[in-house]
Amino acid sequence: MATKPGLPEILSFGDTGYGDELLSGLALTLFIAVMAYALGLLIGMIGAMGKIHGSPLTQRILLGYTTLVRAVPELVLILILYFAGSTALSALFEALGFGAVAINGIAASIVVLGFVQGAYHTEVLRGAIQAIPIGQLEAARAYGMSPILEFRRVTLPAMLPLAIPGLSNLWLIVTKDTALIAVVGGGVELAKTAQQAAGNTKMYMTFFLTAGAIYLTITLLSQQVLSRFERHLRRGQRLQT
Amino acid sequence: MTLHVIKLVIKTIILAVLAAMALGILYWLVFASDWSWLPKNLPLLAKGLWLTILLLVLSVIIGFLLAVPIGLVQVTGPWWLAASARWFCTVIRGTPLLVQIWLIYYGVGSLFPQIGLVYPGFKENFIWLIRLDAFWYALLAFSLSFAGYEGEIMRGAFLGVPRGELEAARAFGMSPWKVLSRVWLPRAVRLVLPTLAGEVVLQLKSTPLAFAVTVMDLMGVTYKIRQDTFRTFEPLMLLAVIYMCLTFLIVWGFSFVEKMVPQKR
Repeated sequence: MATKPGLPEILSFGDTGYGDELLSGLALTLFIAVMAYALGLLIGMIGAMGKIHGSPLTQRILLGYTTLVRAVPELVLILILYFAGSTALSALFEALGFGAVAINGIAASIVVLGFVQGAYHTEVLRGAIQAIPIGQLEAARAYGMSPILEFRRVTLPAMLPLAIPGLSNLWLIVTKDTALIAVVGGGVELAKTAQQAAGNTKMYMTFFLTAGAIYLTITLLSQQVLSRFERHLRRGQRLQT
Repeated sequence: MTLHVIKLVIKTIILAVLAAMALGILYWLVFASDWSWLPKNLPLLAKGLWLTILLLVLSVIIGFLLAVPIGLVQVTGPWWLAASARWFCTVIRGTPLLVQIWLIYYGVGSLFPQIGLVYPGFKENFIWLIRLDAFWYALLAFSLSFAGYEGEIMRGAFLGVPRGELEAARAFGMSPWKVLSRVWLPRAVRLVLPTLAGEVVLQLKSTPLAFAVTVMDLMGVTYKIRQDTFRTFEPLMLLAVIYMCLTFLIVWGFSFVEKMVPQKR
């Protein structure tokens, strides 16, 4: 049996260690998480507006979307959407005469994770908007504000402090859900890197513990930043005991 | 005026896309999908369903039994127990379940040769441990995960029991154990009951990850069927429908239990 390289060596940067690989995995994880979160937020904003102001048909469709997505495991959804999405896109491109296209794994991961996140964002934002005292919105309308001005000056600042606990939770969830991409094979992000490194070196404990520690660091740092942000947003509110 | 026109156009486009998608799925279901693999794979699917349910029920029970002390020591325990319980919850909740499962299955497995070096009789005496099925590793990972999430909730529940009730129990001369078993724990469990359904659904939705360590649960079975039959969507769609049914069953079951337990409002 060959002697195993030591711990500092195997995690070092350069050709002898996996430090740089892990770092680029972390970068990809953060990129996918940020993009998927942003997409989810966009879908959630539209979905919440549709659920509150939309026609009965829109509300029915959105109810179906949020219920379905939240009742099926993320992993299964990601698999279905990943394969169905790439097959449908290829079929579409072929029908249009462009020939078969290869779907970018990272882009597909972002879209799929964003679609799943969107359902949760919709519910969080809808709850927060509906928790605003209706009188405040009516007052804004009575002043003659346009819908966009009303949203920017009243709805958004009043809603954000209520939504921020749910939104922070979703951010923490999406950073961890990026690990599911490793199962589908969408890109070499942190979990996949750790898996490959562990498989190559047979040092499973080392690499999975390292990956776990990196994810934990992301979570703890995010919590710090988010709680500071929440305090900033709540600065005008009465202190709750 | 223009705003209305734009709105109308966008709405029409979205509805057209949705209708096209629905028609496409319907067309696929009626004309292109192939379900001939289903009858002969039914026993396999039933086995997978059984394993998934077993994994869910056992991990919820074990996890909950672990969560009670984890929540309790954070409220009343000595500082070192409270701190380690809090750290346990933070670590479990701060890392992806997939990494935890890998760590427990491959990591612990990779330690066996090293233990064998230190303790030569290990291989003979603990052959059952080395031959252990992946199911048990997955069960351990899921139980610890549930304990981590539920421990945090139990902490809040123990704190949420009104002080006066505990003081009354103590005034009756109950020993600390009796206070816990007769007043504190039942009240705390009643407090978490509404959130428990959601937690169990979340746990159900994480069980397919067991397939990452070769457990043949519903997900693993589906994957095998996919490889055997080269059908991609039919097995996955069936899988999604089964999970949906399980989710609604859990929600319905818990609302039934909740109605049975009386609560003063």
